[in-house]
Amino acid sequence: MDLLRSQTAKTILLLGSLSGAFILFTGAVGMIAAFHEREVVDRFISLGQLLLIIAPFVTGYYAAGKLRALGEDSPVLLIGGITIGIMTAAPSVILLLFNSDEFRFLLDLTLRLIPFAAASIFAWRLHRAGSETQMAIAVWLVVAVLVGIVTFSFALIFEIKGDLRSVLVNINREWVDVVTFDNRKDLARGIGAFSLISVVAGFAGSILYLMPNLPRRALIYGLGVTVLVGAFGETVRLILQENIDRDTLKEIFRRDTLRQNAALALFIISTVAGFLWAMFGRQARESFHSINVSQRRSLNIIGLVIFVVFMLALPWLIGRTLSDVAVTIGIFVLMGLGLNIAIGLAGLLDLGYVTNYAVGAYILAVLTSIGPLGLFKGTFTFWMVIPLALLAAMFAGFIFAVPVLRMRGDYLAIATLGFGEIIGKLAISDWLKPLIGGAQGVQAIPKPILLGAELKNPEQLYYIVLVASLVCLFVSIRLNNSRTGRQWMAIREDEDVATAMGIDTARAKLLAFTLSAATGGVAGAIFAAKVGTVFPNSFTVFISINVLSLIIVGGIASNPGIVVGAIVLIGMPELLREFSEFRFLLYGALLILMMIKRPQGLIPSKIVTHEVRTGVKPKLAGAE
Amino acid sequence: MFKWKTDEFSWVDFTIDVLRVLIVLGVVIGAWNTLSSGRISLAQWVNLFAAGLSQGSIYALIALGYTLVYGILLMINFAHGEVFMAGAFTTVFFAEALNRTGFLNEQPLLSILLMIIFAGLVSMTVAILLERVAYRPLRGSPRLVPLITAIGASFFLQYTFRGLYGSGFKAYPQVQILQGVISVGGINIPIVQIFVFCSALVLMLGLYWLVERTRIGKAMRAVSENKEVARLMGIDIDWVIMFTFGVGGFLAGSAGVINGMFRPQGVNFFMGFIPGIKAFTAAVLGGIGNIPGAMLGGLFLGVIEAIGPNLVLAGLGIPGANQLKDVIAFTMLVLVLIFRPQGILGERLAEKKA
Repeated sequence: MDLLRSQTAKTILLLGSLSGAFILFTGAVGMIAAFHEREVVDRFISLGQLLLIIAPFVTGYYAAGKLRALGEDSPVLLIGGITIGIMTAAPSVILLLFNSDEFRFLLDLTLRLIPFAAASIFAWRLHRAGSETQMAIAVWLVVAVLVGIVTFSFALIFEIKGDLRSVLVNINREWVDVVTFDNRKDLARGIGAFSLISVVAGFAGSILYLMPNLPRRALIYGLGVTVLVGAFGETVRLILQENIDRDTLKEIFRRDTLRQNAALALFIISTVAGFLWAMFGRQARESFHSINVSQRRSLNIIGLVIFVVFMLALPWLIGRTLSDVAVTIGIFVLMGLGLNIAIGLAGLLDLGYVTNYAVGAYILAVLTSIGPLGLFKGTFTFWMVIPLALLAAMFAGFIFAVPVLRMRGDYLAIATLGFGEIIGKLAISDWLKPLIGGAQGVQAIPKPILLGAELKNPEQLYYIVLVASLVCLFVSIRLNNSRTGRQWMAIREDEDVATAMGIDTARAKLLAFTLSAATGGVAGAIFAAKVGTVFPNSFTVFISINVLSLIIVGGIASNPGIVVGAIVLIGMPELLREFSEFRFLLYGALLILMMIKRPQGLIPSKIVTHEVRTGVKPKLAGAE
Repeated sequence: MFKWKTDEFSWVDFTIDVLRVLIVLGVVIGAWNTLSSGRISLAQWVNLFAAGLSQGSIYALIALGYTLVYGILLMINFAHGEVFMAGAFTTVFFAEALNRTGFLNEQPLLSILLMIIFAGLVSMTVAILLERVAYRPLRGSPRLVPLITAIGASFFLQYTFRGLYGSGFKAYPQVQILQGVISVGGINIPIVQIFVFCSALVLMLGLYWLVERTRIGKAMRAVSENKEVARLMGIDIDWVIMFTFGVGGFLAGSAGVINGMFRPQGVNFFMGFIPGIKAFTAAVLGGIGNIPGAMLGGLFLGVIEAIGPNLVLAGLGIPGANQLKDVIAFTMLVLVLIFRPQGILGERLAEKKA
């Protein structure tokens, strides 16, 4: 009992159950089975199986660090790794048993025992805390009946339905295949394989922690690179396809997956490279820091030139499919930069950003379409309408901003969310159907034409997005450093104080809303031109949430953060198609996790970091 | 009401006043047109009103969850709509199983009671977990931080349940005794609407009793009044907050079952989002943090939503007015936030904080 109460045991048990819950959860929502479709290394391991291995491995490594910090010896660390391996597999193994024909009775039994167990635990704790016996018995009865209603109902559901699968749709054959490592027929063997692999992975994680520094860093580097290249095999192949010849490509990839030899070679090369970097990296960095200022400046200029050339050449390096993804990312970068003016600079949480996006898209659609809904049938071109879309979005932003100027914080957020929903419902309604086509939307939007050439490929549209993003980036940097930017910052910190300092808050807030709307409008117009049709379904609250998430994940008020956030949050689901079904699950989890663990974002802006570090935490909200 | 009497002219106030006049004009003209055209008979109005009341009592039950949490933590639990969805979505399977055994139609009231407890406890579990995992670590951080977390939790829960139960729509089985209508003076009112209204009323009275008459209710009121002092009086604040989330969750889950009786179709993972926002509207309408206010606000919103499109929008000559039901509700939300953020029963609290 004392052993179980020690800090060491608590750490191991907590991390082990987290890891187990993670594997159970990803299995139950279908992530593991979906990821199994993607092979990381040809005929060797899939992304789904990799997930099963990575969870105990990483947890084992992390736990070893925690245990070392508690002052434990190496054997304890290893035992911790093994325990975590067992605990990772355990919940899923139990679910496997519940799901099998032979052990279904276990599910029934468990569901019937849970109420008594739960009630007894409650009553016992009350008793220990010094409650009277009658009270403990009453609590026992109430808890047993209440929990009993739930678990007996579940027992009834599973009995009537016949199996788990008819309720939990993703506890299906594919899931069983993955977690038993293709031993569906022989359950004992499958469970054995799964548990063994999990234990080995947990153990390997703690071993990795115990390794000397150099080989450890080299191995982490090698494993990381191989897994990333394997998982994004399709992307890597698409890039290589543009740059190397077909036969070599066939040596490396079988369709979209890395061949075993290639994976091994990649692992060795990257491990060696990691080893060299671990040995000489510090020297290289130090010598870079020791060079004098003029040399460093010229190095910076060289770096900038390389970056610009790279950005310009990007579509030709990555090919058509990936250029399309790049355009989508670019549109979201644009929106992220725009929304950041409201959220990041002025601190106005706008959840109705999709409104501006929709206004831009519909203005472009209605003015340029050559279909039945087009007002001018091609008289207006893309280039003439872009400024109009910008102005229209600014106007819409202005109109929606005036009534909410007096609101603060969460009320503002909900009101703007309401605006977004209103626009969505209006777009799909019969009322505006003659104008914007209701649910069918507006079709036949021509592509932009530049110097007589139609920009119909994503490679060419990429440049429009790039230019627009750069302009927006420039404007927002300049704004941030301007008088207005300082006013916004003051409002963000404390609106009452800002007013007291003589800032016209109404004007500053209006400006933030309108400018942020303008960017959204341009993004919407580019989107409409890219897709060629505009449906109300493209303009849901999900767009606003997407943009919000990428700002939060990248880093509030941090421009590089927004670019990285867009690449990760928009690019990853596009590149890893198995993932796209779970993107909002990930966004939700990331929003919670970032707010709890790292509210300043992945690449935080300096000012926000400063605020987070030095900010005096208020006491309980509302305690004043 | 109008701010002309103040010395300084503020164009923001002016714009808002113009908006106010425009809305009043729109409502009056629309209502006048509809009423003078006589397209809708009195019986139809009564039917719309009754349907609105039943829908509104569902909103009221969800709104209570917002209001309870806001009263104690001053945060908008944006994911509360998903708590409602969790109960409703899970209970579909239970209702199907009961229907398959025939118990549902043999003992309809008992089965509905069981379903309400089941859904309530499921939602309660989700709400308590949500509080423990997502909100507790953030207690005391700036006010937008928990809101963003709540938005994240909302989408996380939606897509978790989508992954667990699939993305398709499911339907609650029909309960025989709730079919049919009752005729009162030539006006037919569906039994199910009366059932919805009554059961919601019972739950609300239960909550009122819990908050006003029990020890834990007293603790809840104390914590919402002043946390520090409540702590000094020996109240376990964490436990009270957890309990509050649990009670809100229970009401939302039972609202899920009642909603399932009222509108059997359309139970899926996204079902909680729109009712969630509407229930928030109801909570603000009644004065957020105020329990009778949330009940009134819910009923009021339900009725406006049922009558508004036919009375005002149709009168203004807008086609397909009933499609714009949600627009009416969201417009109400924005209007309340603009003109009367303290709500009908006006708590000063909301004005001070918002």
